[in-house]
Amino acid sequence: MATITTTKAPPSAPDTPGWVRWVNDHRKWLFAAPAMTFVAALLVFPLAWTGYLSLTDAEGSVRAESEFVGVQNYLDVFSDTARFWPAVGRTVTFTVVALLFEVVLGMAIALLLWRPFKGQRWVRVAILMPLVATPVAVGMMWRLIFDPNIGMANQILGWVGIGPQPWLAGQHTALPTTIFIDVWQWTPMVTLILLAGLTSLSDEPQEAARIDGATTWQRFRHVTLPLLMPTLTVAILLRGIDALKTFDILYATKGRGGGSFHEVETLNVYAYGLSFDYNEYGVSSTVLILFFLIIIGAMWALTARRKEAKR
Amino acid sequence: MKPRPAYRVFRVVALAFVVLSLLAPLLWMIAASFKTNVDIYDPGKALAFSPTMGNYAKVLQQANYVEFIVNSLWVAFAATVASLILGLPAAYSMSRFNMRKSALVVLMARVIPGVSLLVPWYYVFSNLKMVGGFGVLILSHMFVALPLVVYIMMGYFDSLPEELEEAGLVDGLTHIGAFRRIMLPLSVPGIATAGILSFIFSWNNFMFALVLSDADTKTLPVAIFDFVGYASIDWGGLMAAATVVTLPIMVIALFVQKYVVSGLTAGATKG
Repeated sequence: MATITTTKAPPSAPDTPGWVRWVNDHRKWLFAAPAMTFVAALLVFPLAWTGYLSLTDAEGSVRAESEFVGVQNYLDVFSDTARFWPAVGRTVTFTVVALLFEVVLGMAIALLLWRPFKGQRWVRVAILMPLVATPVAVGMMWRLIFDPNIGMANQILGWVGIGPQPWLAGQHTALPTTIFIDVWQWTPMVTLILLAGLTSLSDEPQEAARIDGATTWQRFRHVTLPLLMPTLTVAILLRGIDALKTFDILYATKGRGGGSFHEVETLNVYAYGLSFDYNEYGVSSTVLILFFLIIIGAMWALTARRKEAKR
Repeated sequence: MKPRPAYRVFRVVALAFVVLSLLAPLLWMIAASFKTNVDIYDPGKALAFSPTMGNYAKVLQQANYVEFIVNSLWVAFAATVASLILGLPAAYSMSRFNMRKSALVVLMARVIPGVSLLVPWYYVFSNLKMVGGFGVLILSHMFVALPLVVYIMMGYFDSLPEELEEAGLVDGLTHIGAFRRIMLPLSVPGIATAGILSFIFSWNNFMFALVLSDADTKTLPVAIFDFVGYASIDWGGLMAAATVVTLPIMVIALFVQKYVVSGLTAGATKG
């Protein structure tokens, strides 16, 4: 458990009432308790309940009687090649591809912004804008831009002689388009984190490498990147978790069920639909538990790598 | 060392492209919000159009957006204040007494998919007759804001030297007095960061309000969908609604840029 740093407190004045002393002596838990209780009440108990529901055939109404069915839901879900496994595939594709672009682009932009120059402040402001924009509004905005008939995207393609694309409306182009939207909105996040990491690096290793005659690429590959690795892992971790859970832009651009062919139905969208469109609480809880395990697994893999990188 | 001129030219061109790609879509949205639907459908009127306030009139009057703006403000404000009240002492304790495991529990709230909590929440809160009310919305948004406050403020308290507090103790303050009169005043920049971030995340939150609000309590991100019909979309109205939702938060971020950036990158460089 946590180690307690004991600060030598001077003996309280003799006229201090007992309860004040008690409150001060127990401040560690008194301070932490309200927040911990709040989170526990809204997190631990509902999560346990979701775990229980995943073992029942609960459906229809949350108040309806349900029966314990053991691992039946899990067996059903695992053999569900129509909705579950495609949703897993889309979730992984969405996250991996979006993260890849966000990390590469985010790193490139961070390197461009690293050394101070005139007007840097304004670039930083521009970078912040997508990041704070409301995701649902962002989804609607791109819905107009990517509209196959009146959207600006096809206009621009037309100027360079490329035919119109269906974008969000196409069965195979919808997922890549939503990935593009995610990259547009969240690359700045990676940039800001990496930029914070870059500015905290000391100049000396850079200088030493320069004196040794290292090229720009060599300095990036062998000096900057290794030093930046811990920050990069944090960026991937934070962004990866959020990318796995993406909901708002998918719902805003494609609506319920990820579109009529479930083109962008990720695990989160699928579980939402099962819960609130079909009221299949048992099955949706099963999907959610599996989804949660995937997230924890991904986090665990990354933090394990991080610890290894530190060694 | 000064960068080479070739690199400087490349940097200007590359960054101009980045800025354009990030801002152009937002400006396009704002421009469309001032167009009639006829103009939106006409590519020739992409930039040369006669602006109209019609969409905003529709959004603010017919679609009741004034009410939803008030809802969003109230929920985000209440969730932020409540999260600060619960989160500041907790973050302090977790930082001072190195309660990393407890902190992990709070941070789990950031990791877990919201849908997995919504079914139990919905059940419990509908039994308490709270679904559709502001209380449950504020509680659910606190669930987003509180972990942020704890995360940001733990880092901030970590950075404050313990000696300052001890000096207060020597001067006869109790521990709680030292927290209140020394640590909190010193943490104002951190509190501002945590508060602003909480407000933004609560304002932007969509999923919780989608399930837990009703026609009278819905927040702006949910209200946007009023402009998306099954058969057709009122693009002008939709873009005006999207602008009403997102422009205020962008303007706020513009003014408190430094805090937003430090909040978003909090803890990232500690390794």
